[in-house]
Amino acid sequence: MDDTGTVVAFYVLSAMTVGSALGVVVVRNLVHAVVFLIVSFMGVAGLYITLSADFVAVTQILIYAGAVSVLLLFAIVLTPRGERGNSESFLRLPALLLALLVAFTLGYVAIDTDWVISDREGFEETASVIGEALLDKYVLPFEIASVLLLAAMLGAIVLVRPETPTEEAGE
Amino acid sequence: MSVDLEHYLIVGAILFSIGLYLALAKQNFIGVLMGIELMFNAVNLTFVAFSRFVESPNPLDGHVFVVFVITVAAAEAATALALAVLLYRVRDTINVDRIDSLKW
Repeated sequence: MDDTGTVVAFYVLSAMTVGSALGVVVVRNLVHAVVFLIVSFMGVAGLYITLSADFVAVTQILIYAGAVSVLLLFAIVLTPRGERGNSESFLRLPALLLALLVAFTLGYVAIDTDWVISDREGFEETASVIGEALLDKYVLPFEIASVLLLAAMLGAIVLVRPETPTEEAGE
Repeated sequence: MSVDLEHYLIVGAILFSIGLYLALAKQNFIGVLMGIELMFNAVNLTFVAFSRFVESPNPLDGHVFVVFVITVAAAEAATALALAVLLYRVRDTINVDRIDSLKW
């Protein structure tokens, strides 16, 4: 982790991630906020690559930058008469205080703690090891996750289905 | 000059706080959800950073955990956005300040 390329990449990607996350806070249009959020997700994926986590980085781009942001845009266009603004509620000041407090506490703990750092190099390839772990050691959580995804999909379909299906009844 | 665990942890802490602020302070339900997604991302970043730097017999278990977190976050996003659409149909608004039926 000592080469300058990694250091430069880390700082550029961190600035991109945190900067566009701040953009989500300050921008006044909800669609623009989603675009900033996508940039932030991309920055996090880049940070995964600097941590030599290739599989997680690709998953991040597929799920977050692809699926979740499209879901957010769908929710925005499916609520056309709702407010498009991105303004803060009356909780703005307490939330700001709490967020600053959490940031300082977590940052202080991260700096102050004496972590047990290993001297191993970055991972060569992660996908095959993750795949073996998922189907061997973690097979039960893996199956539970599939049931959870099925339940979430069914729940989303049932929730947004029209209450009186008129066109569908004729087919 | 090198990038250590602490750098990644601080980026994660900042990202988590921004997500927390969004989730608490935004008026729009979809803005709140964006904050929650940012918090998920911050936690995942911390997991991967620990998995890379900290001494462990199975270092890639952190990545497996991140895969599970992403799965659950996707399920959460799908149901929460379905709830947003449903809320809009019933109440005609997704402003969380105006969803106050339980207030007296």
